[in-house]
Amino acid sequence: MKISTFFYILRQGFSNIRRNILFSLASLGTIISCLFLFGIIYAVVVNFQSGMKELENTITISVFFEEDLPEESVQLIGEQIRVLDYVNTMDYISPEEALKNFCEQNYDDPEAAMEAFGDENPLRNSASYSVTLKDVSKQAEFVAYAKDLQGVRSVKSSDVTADGLSTLSSLVGYASVGIVVILMLVSIFLISNTITIGITVRKEEIGIMKLIGATNFFVRAPFIIEGIIIGAVGSAIPLVLLYEMYEKILAYVVGRFKVITSIFAFVSQEELFKTMIPVGLVLGIGVGLFGSLVTTRKHLKV
Amino acid sequence: MIELENVTMTYPGGMTALKDVNLNIEKGEFVFIVGSSGSGKTTLFKLLLKELNPTEGKIRVAGYDYSTIKKNMIPKVRRRIGVVFQNFRLLKDRTIYENVAFAQRVIQTPARFIRRRVPAMLTLVGLADKYKSYPRELSGGEQQRVAMARALVNNPDIILADEPTGNLDPKNSIDIMNLLEDINKRGTTVVVVTHNKEIVNEMKKRVITLKKGVIISDEKQGGYIDED
Repeated sequence: MKISTFFYILRQGFSNIRRNILFSLASLGTIISCLFLFGIIYAVVVNFQSGMKELENTITISVFFEEDLPEESVQLIGEQIRVLDYVNTMDYISPEEALKNFCEQNYDDPEAAMEAFGDENPLRNSASYSVTLKDVSKQAEFVAYAKDLQGVRSVKSSDVTADGLSTLSSLVGYASVGIVVILMLVSIFLISNTITIGITVRKEEIGIMKLIGATNFFVRAPFIIEGIIIGAVGSAIPLVLLYEMYEKILAYVVGRFKVITSIFAFVSQEELFKTMIPVGLVLGIGVGLFGSLVTTRKHLKV
Repeated sequence: MIELENVTMTYPGGMTALKDVNLNIEKGEFVFIVGSSGSGKTTLFKLLLKELNPTEGKIRVAGYDYSTIKKNMIPKVRRRIGVVFQNFRLLKDRTIYENVAFAQRVIQTPARFIRRRVPAMLTLVGLADKYKSYPRELSGGEQQRVAMARALVNNPDIILADEPTGNLDPKNSIDIMNLLEDINKRGTTVVVVTHNKEIVNEMKKRVITLKKGVIISDEKQGGYIDED
């Protein structure tokens, strides 16, 4: 394509928007609101999932050994657990540490309680491996695996918490995808409508173009450019707005509800927008491109 | 240059607009196609532009066989045909210059070539000084001349004119026909679909008369056959 043709088509794309300004603004408004909503949902989901991940990592599974199990067998069990790719961390909890944890959790003065027990450690047979998983949904699989290992007495886990978290996490994910898909379909429909009106308004011009030998590409290109411009601007505006707002909202939430930060780590602005900007732009431009392509294919058969 | 071989055109509703038409127009000819309304003139015009496909028969224009031509070649054939319409079909929101340049832009002519060619065409049709005007500021005759400049700017082999004088007064009609004759003298094949009796009789050119989709007369230096 010649450079002058490229610029001509680009100019025509802009002039299509100008001539059809009301409908273009309506499409732009829809894409902006859709992508703004998408951005909010995206930010919530990313933060939620990051929070879930944190919570998942705190769910520990304890693997207890048979009484008087030799040191080598304990190590062997450890190796057999560590080899699993979905295991996140594994710490050995000695009987002394188990007692210390017990005292810390159950007595007002843990040190005094420790001294009271003296050498009589009631948890001397409660050495264990404390395991966290990368994916909490694998918990049942892990428990079954660990129970079958030679020298393992019992495995303690909290199934209710793990299942709940796993279900909630995927539920939020599915609901968000559903909402975004609906929003995108609405945007495609509106862009398609705008382009159809543009084509109707310029019917005479298109008719002349065809009769004097314009190619399909040349007739369609300005409308596709129009769709891409609406999509690109429609995604850039909400992304900039969200970028500016995110830090402020985070600062507000952290300042107002301090307790949240102790159990929930928010994703940083940089981290969030590293993926949100490309995803938002691709969605916006994609919606514009798809909407205009489908419409020009339908209405501009040369 | 234009060849029709046993061409029949029946519309989906069953109406036959052209019946077994055979026609041969040589390069450089000036031909009138006349007939009353419903004679098949407009259908013939659309077939030549490949806006319609015949139900039967073969059409060849400027060396292209329409029955075998690939879809992506249709714009190429149309670039070799300059079209003039009764209602001018100018773009109302663009200047005269832009209207003529538009025909070059759509076939992706380089800008520097457009800048040379468009003023030359406007000079040829006598509108060089009105290049900044909009169509609404021109008379019917002037608008038709702009349409002629647009049809000519890409240097076509054929000019197809559909009732070019239909909306013009006698004086402007004569001017437009003189312009078409000049273009023809430079070697361009000119086909004019019309029912302007005076002009057809005045110009003494080849006249093909259609009636109910059939060619009833084809004369080298003919006149308008009054069907009434």
